Amino acid sequence: MYNFEFAKPATITDAVKALAAEDAQALGGGQTLLPTMKQRLASPATLVSLNAIPEMIGVCVNDKGEVCIGGATTHATVAQEARAHYPGLAALASQIGDPAVRNRGTIGGSLANNDPSACYPAAALGSGALIKTNSRDIAADAYFQGMFATALAPGEIITEVRFPVPQKSNYQKFVQPASRFALVGVFVAKYADGVRVAVTGASTDGVFRWAEAEAALSADFAKGAIDALSPPKGDMIADLHGSADYRAHLVKVMTGRAVAAAG
Amino acid sequence: MPKDHGIGASSKRREDIRFLTGRGAYTDDLAMQGQVHAVMVRANVAHGRIVSIDTSAAAAMPGVLAIFTGADFADVGGNPAGWLIHSRDGSPMREPKRPVLAHGKVRHVGDAYAAVVAETHEQARDAAEAVAAGTEIEELPAIVDMAGAVANADNRVHDEIPDNLCFDWGWIEANRDAVDAAMKAAPHVTTLELVNNRLVPNAMEPRASIGEFNPGTGDYKLTTTSQNPHLTKLLVCAFVLGIPEHKLTVVAPDVGGGFGSKIYHYGEEALVLAAAKKLGRPVRWTAERSESFLTDAHGRDHVTTIEVGATLDGEILAIRTNTLANVGAYLSNFSTATPTFLHGTLMAGPYKVPHVYVNLKAVFTNTAPVDAYRGAGRPEATYSLERAIDKMARELKLDPVAVRRKNLLTPDQFPYTTPVGLVYDVGNYQATLDKALDMADLAGFEARAAKSRAAGKLRGVGLSTWIEACGIAPSHLVGQLGSRVGLYDAATVRVSATGTIQVMTGAHSHGQGHETVFAQVVAEKLSIPEGAVEIVHGDTSKIPFGMGSYGSRSLAVCGSAMDRALDKIIAKGKKIAAHMLEAAEGDITFENGSFSVAGTDKAKSFGEIAFSAYVPHNYPLETLEPGLEETAFYDPNNFTYPAGAYLCEVEIDPDTGKVTICSFTCADDFGNVMNPMVVEGQVHGGVAQGIGQALVEHTAYDENGQLLTASYMDYTMPRADDVPFYQVDHSCATPCTHNPLGVKGCGEAGAIGSPPAVVNAVIDALHRAGMTHVTHIDMPLTPARVWGAMQA
Ligand SMILES: Cc1cc2nc3c(=O)[nH]c(=O)nc-3n(C[C@H](O)[C@H](O)[C@H](O)COP(=O)(O)OP(=O)(O)OC[C@H]3O[C@@H](n4cnc5c(N)ncnc54)[C@H](O)[C@@H]3O)c2cc1C
Repeated sequence: MYNFEFAKPATITDAVKALAAEDAQALGGGQTLLPTMKQRLASPATLVSLNAIPEMIGVCVNDKGEVCIGGATTHATVAQEARAHYPGLAALASQIGDPAVRNRGTIGGSLANNDPSACYPAAALGSGALIKTNSRDIAADAYFQGMFATALAPGEIITEVRFPVPQKSNYQKFVQPASRFALVGVFVAKYADGVRVAVTGASTDGVFRWAEAEAALSADFAKGAIDALSPPKGDMIADLHGSADYRAHLVKVMTGRAVAAAG
Repeated sequence: MPKDHGIGASSKRREDIRFLTGRGAYTDDLAMQGQVHAVMVRANVAHGRIVSIDTSAAAAMPGVLAIFTGADFADVGGNPAGWLIHSRDGSPMREPKRPVLAHGKVRHVGDAYAAVVAETHEQARDAAEAVAAGTEIEELPAIVDMAGAVANADNRVHDEIPDNLCFDWGWIEANRDAVDAAMKAAPHVTTLELVNNRLVPNAMEPRASIGEFNPGTGDYKLTTTSQNPHLTKLLVCAFVLGIPEHKLTVVAPDVGGGFGSKIYHYGEEALVLAAAKKLGRPVRWTAERSESFLTDAHGRDHVTTIEVGATLDGEILAIRTNTLANVGAYLSNFSTATPTFLHGTLMAGPYKVPHVYVNLKAVFTNTAPVDAYRGAGRPEATYSLERAIDKMARELKLDPVAVRRKNLLTPDQFPYTTPVGLVYDVGNYQATLDKALDMADLAGFEARAAKSRAAGKLRGVGLSTWIEACGIAPSHLVGQLGSRVGLYDAATVRVSATGTIQVMTGAHSHGQGHETVFAQVVAEKLSIPEGAVEIVHGDTSKIPFGMGSYGSRSLAVCGSAMDRALDKIIAKGKKIAAHMLEAAEGDITFENGSFSVAGTDKAKSFGEIAFSAYVPHNYPLETLEPGLEETAFYDPNNFTYPAGAYLCEVEIDPDTGKVTICSFTCADDFGNVMNPMVVEGQVHGGVAQGIGQALVEHTAYDENGQLLTASYMDYTMPRADDVPFYQVDHSCATPCTHNPLGVKGCGEAGAIGSPPAVVNAVIDALHRAGMTHVTHIDMPLTPARVWGAMQA
């Protein structure tokens, strides 16, 4: 690790100000950023912690019935506090990493990082969530822009994420054996106006929606509805842990399981 | 009632009090007055010629005290290989020098070619980056694939070794023709090509070393993460740095696991000593986890073709193997013994096989050195054999249990001389097989399989009947086999005036529980409380000599030395008692902790004798010396041969290829058991590592020699939810015939016997489900591989 300055603002306004400094970077739970810094692969001049900004922490339900999660809310808090309102989302949060990771890692950090194998992107895209930043609102469909790429501008921070609550939902995660991130993760959500299916871990383009499955499941929300589909096309990740064919196959298997589990 | 004390009791591990409460003292925990920090500068290419190293920028950086490069060690010795192997043509193996720091060429990613010492770790790291930036390395094509390494004579890991071949070994060469003939004549020959996957040892504690030098006395001290401090001392003094042996103390304090990787001497140990001498200050180095991945000696990495010739009813007639074994870029200390004498000699397994021949070529590649890792050679032999026998049974449509039963040696056949150079002293392989089948309820398998089917899962069962040779010693045998050192061990028993005892052991405990178990043996023998016994290990200034802990040798070899030393203590005690009781020495008996005159009620307790030994008033000094301390060196006349039967039941999820281990049953024969709980723990750990190898652990280099699995993000360790609750038994014991405790060694068994049981179970499940085209899947059997095999 190289030396760095540390700022711990108490308001979003102060955080944005601090992030305007040269080579300043936001710090959420540090579960991705700190290991990178330890390996000297990142060297921010200033870390701006978002963990002491009360308006960015917590889970609530707004007038529209959306679950609103502060950008610096930990996975553990979401797993606990969103359970009554959006069980599918809470269950996803409860499967991220291990207890230590869940007690520090944040939803904002996860979505900002947009690791192609991360879990939250599947929930956000699969729910059609709204990503609120210090300067604007971004629809999930416009937010994810490929592996580790998002619509965020430099210095922009995710302050809140709003999830419309589906009638039924489920996340199925097939773990990469070493990291236990998602080798393939599928989030299925059934809304009154249709079904969304978001896939993480599989594609070289990062999280994506599987349109054919959405159409089939919107017509008939049953496991068998996707039987006739061939696995999604597109560039699947091929690595030590699985070939492209294997990942494509798993997308279908996990989608089926998610539908069955959603009930 | 199970015993609660002494031999056979499950005494709680006393060392766990400090380990589990954070009071252990590992090398990196020890802060030294005036200490400074070393950071190694490591190659980021697998193969390259060092064109130039400009250290001037680094030298001018804050806090930098010294910079070393390969040139600084060009005139000192190399780190030698401990075993000399001869090729089939009689020529000695090729032994390239393994320098403290790479010089001229770098030969694997992570190969250290320079080191920086600075006041703080961060300063040393900054300067190490500057050294790397100032270094020009001309990258050469990496030699990664073994077959390619041997075929491509133009590209050499070591310029002086033309075909990258360390040796081409035949075992036993005289068997070769007879084996070929038997194979030709065999009614059935099963052939199987398999890979024994390379493993990264992953001790919980990374390697660390602290060098100290006292300019006032000329004394050196090395504190280091070693399983084998005396050997490290010998290598540093006699081969590498030439320090007079009486001027170096090596201490291996609490060591957090090794699994073999800490047997060996590594360059960093010499570096911190040389730096301490130069600077007159303690110099410390601790590996980062990434350095452990890149530079700890890896394990396994064989590519084997095995052929089994058999009759149509499954009697084994001949076994022949051809193996390429990766030794990596340099020869680590045991790297030439592991694939040969710890592997080829086991290729008859627990079976009566008339003809066996092993050919093994050891190959240099631009990868980390490969050496002994828990089991060391024996898992490779067992895996080849147990996989091939299973395949043979399947091809002949025979029951794999029956085939093994048909070929297993029977108790009346011991001592049994194998065609590959060993004499098994004793065993009862039918007993452990029966026990395992019974414990695992093999009879109930079909019902369980039907249940699995109903849940959409494929169930299978796999067996492995294994044997190994351990208690690594017999100096006369290992000498014949090429070892450059004898492999005895030593112990000193020191009785204090108040009757408490310290035992200094050459064996080193780095997780095994010696401090508890050795004390139990002493307590039993002297009828004193275990709490009155302290085991001292890991400090060459306190211990006479020792060859360390590996090869499941601690109790069998060092424990036996301790037993001998205790015999001497008792003999001396009798002398003292005879004097005190005014009786003839021959009339004194020692029983229940008391020395008495036979046939009388005259007696002295052990404590009284101890006290008298140190406060003598009227000893006849010509015949009776004061003091009560004895040392024994013990060298057994054979290996010990633990054996057992392992049964694994798995379920496969056909949609994903994921294998779940439903049950794992071990019936082992370890001879006499000193502490059943500790033995069970050793088996649990060993089997977990075996399951790790079979299902998840994968070490992958890309074609450029970059380690793809260089962190836990990609290298999978078995975790608690990957392993089942084991069923472990060691009641079918046939005590070792040649050591005084009758013990055989249990440290490696689990890792040796388990991988083939797991793989056999997976193949069985697929066959039962009709996928008979899948005759083999190489480890690790990850979901992707199993699913891939199912699609083929
Ligand atoms: C052992 C381990 C296992 C894991 N397993 C999983 C898993 O199974 N599934 C999974 O999805 N993830 C997993 N993770 C990742 C974990 O969820 C991280 O918490 C997450 O990726 C990053 O969140 P963070 O709050 O720690 O962000 P940090 O590491 O602090 O930051 C990550 C990046 O996001 C930026 N950032 C942080 N907060 C914000 C914000 N509010 N607005 C804008 N930018 C921000 C930072 O500047 C940085 O670039 C694992 C991590 C570890 C260490």
